[in-house]
Amino acid sequence: MDLSKLTIAQARKDLDAKNYFALELTNAYLENIRAKDKDIHAYLEVWEASAREEAKKADEMIAAGKSKLLTGIPLAIKDNILIDGRIASSASKILEKYRASYDATVITKLKEQGVVFLGRTNMDEFALGSSTENSAYGPTHNPHDPSRVPGGTSGGSAAAVAADMALAALGSDTGGSIRQPAAFCGVIGMKPTYGEVSRFGLMAAASSLDQIGPITKTIEDASTIFNTIRGHDTKDSTSLPDAEVTATTSKKIGVPRAFLKEGMEPDMLAAFEATLEQLKKAGYSIVDIELPALRYALPVYYIINPAEVSTNLARYDGIRYGLSVDAPTIGEVYAKSKAAGFGPETRRRVLVGTFVLSSGYADAYYRKARTVREVIRADFQKAFASVDAIALPVSPTAPWKIGDKADPLSLYAADIFTVSLNLTGSPGISVPSGSVVRDGKQLPVGFQIIAPHRGEETLFAIGADIEKK
Amino acid sequence: MAEPKVDIKALAELARLEVSDAELAKLEKEIPDILHFVEQIQKASGDAAPTSPELRNVMRADENPHETGKYTDKLLEAAPKREGDRIVVQQVVSRKQK
Repeated sequence: MDLSKLTIAQARKDLDAKNYFALELTNAYLENIRAKDKDIHAYLEVWEASAREEAKKADEMIAAGKSKLLTGIPLAIKDNILIDGRIASSASKILEKYRASYDATVITKLKEQGVVFLGRTNMDEFALGSSTENSAYGPTHNPHDPSRVPGGTSGGSAAAVAADMALAALGSDTGGSIRQPAAFCGVIGMKPTYGEVSRFGLMAAASSLDQIGPITKTIEDASTIFNTIRGHDTKDSTSLPDAEVTATTSKKIGVPRAFLKEGMEPDMLAAFEATLEQLKKAGYSIVDIELPALRYALPVYYIINPAEVSTNLARYDGIRYGLSVDAPTIGEVYAKSKAAGFGPETRRRVLVGTFVLSSGYADAYYRKARTVREVIRADFQKAFASVDAIALPVSPTAPWKIGDKADPLSLYAADIFTVSLNLTGSPGISVPSGSVVRDGKQLPVGFQIIAPHRGEETLFAIGADIEKK
Repeated sequence: MAEPKVDIKALAELARLEVSDAELAKLEKEIPDILHFVEQIQKASGDAAPTSPELRNVMRADENPHETGKYTDKLLEAAPKREGDRIVVQQVVSRKQK
């Protein structure tokens, strides 16, 4: 079975036509994982036995004529999404043995479809990073060049799909964590509108920024997963009311030109321009737009993110779940458990977050950041009055060598083009388009499209036109 | 605004996080660097009145309660220390030792 060209759409046809069984499909992926994952390390745990059981149940559904869009489709799940009874660690030592007590809403929806869960994928600890190097269990390697990072924080999910170790995957995106690893690994990654997909059962990193989304090989597959997992959920208080997501068709895309000079590698910029040319040929008009406050997106993000992270991660205190270090007083139990369980970047974010929220500094940092966040949101709203979508690169640089960005600020700079839409809540997608060469190896480049709130269908429409070439 | 002096040790205590001396030395450089970077937002004009059009109160209807104790065992299984249906913690309030 050639998995390299296989898509969810094709597998659906094949399974329903009984060209092969879901069990055979799952076995093919499990074999690939066994052969390749030693070098890639996309998975933290592979669920061979239960995956085969799920595949057999899917075969029964198909035989009974009850197959749904995702029945028997083998998926990988990021390690911060809860599946009842299974370990979910957020790639942290503090949750090394934690077993989820319930299913995330997205998992409930996937179970109703009869999907096959292959395993849980590596990530930056608690979704804090840009390269999957911050995992407590070692980095994931980029399938296109194993000496390089796969991006992050959903690096395991993106690498698994790119290396045919899963047909598709779920990731989560707080500041680019689906789109950037998808770009680095040459697959499609989509962040839905904030509130479109339930966050119930997603371990919270920064609650006002987090969204779950699909990582797939085609736009059609991304749309299939998105439409399966989205919808209002009474268990998530920021969940949006149900509504149609729409596509606008005036074929006008805005580019914030003034912002593109920010430390972009020349051939990465050239790949971005080439995709714009391709879109022009496909009938789009490309216009310059102004987003004056966009240059503040990265610093605003690196205040709001740690503030929310420090608040959310306070729950890992060694009392209710996770690692607990014995100590004479309860205060020391908290302090020692966190010290033993959190990695360096997590500790750094907790401290920065504590600072920007502390009395005396909260006005200058956290509250000011919230105000500027609204200014950025207003800028986007104004821009969307004249264009259907905004185009940006995903990353200013090609995937770097593992270990090359040891300084936290140089790693933060990698998020410059992705964080703004988490601040505004807009949906965005990364579509592979073009490539660059580093050390004789071809590395994929991602093109990012951003739409107004609930403009997911616009993303898919433009993405499909890029895919056509 | 003036560069704030960051007392990392005090900050770690506020965050209830134990930090080793070796890490403290590293953080004393890294955290001011990060704060210095994010401070550029001070230059942004923030006169635009904060709008939060998307915010609304969300309440779930108080109905269909599950039976008492249905999830107790499952949730307690995750606790590091347990005694019956309780999570065991160190004493929180105590008398000063003589």
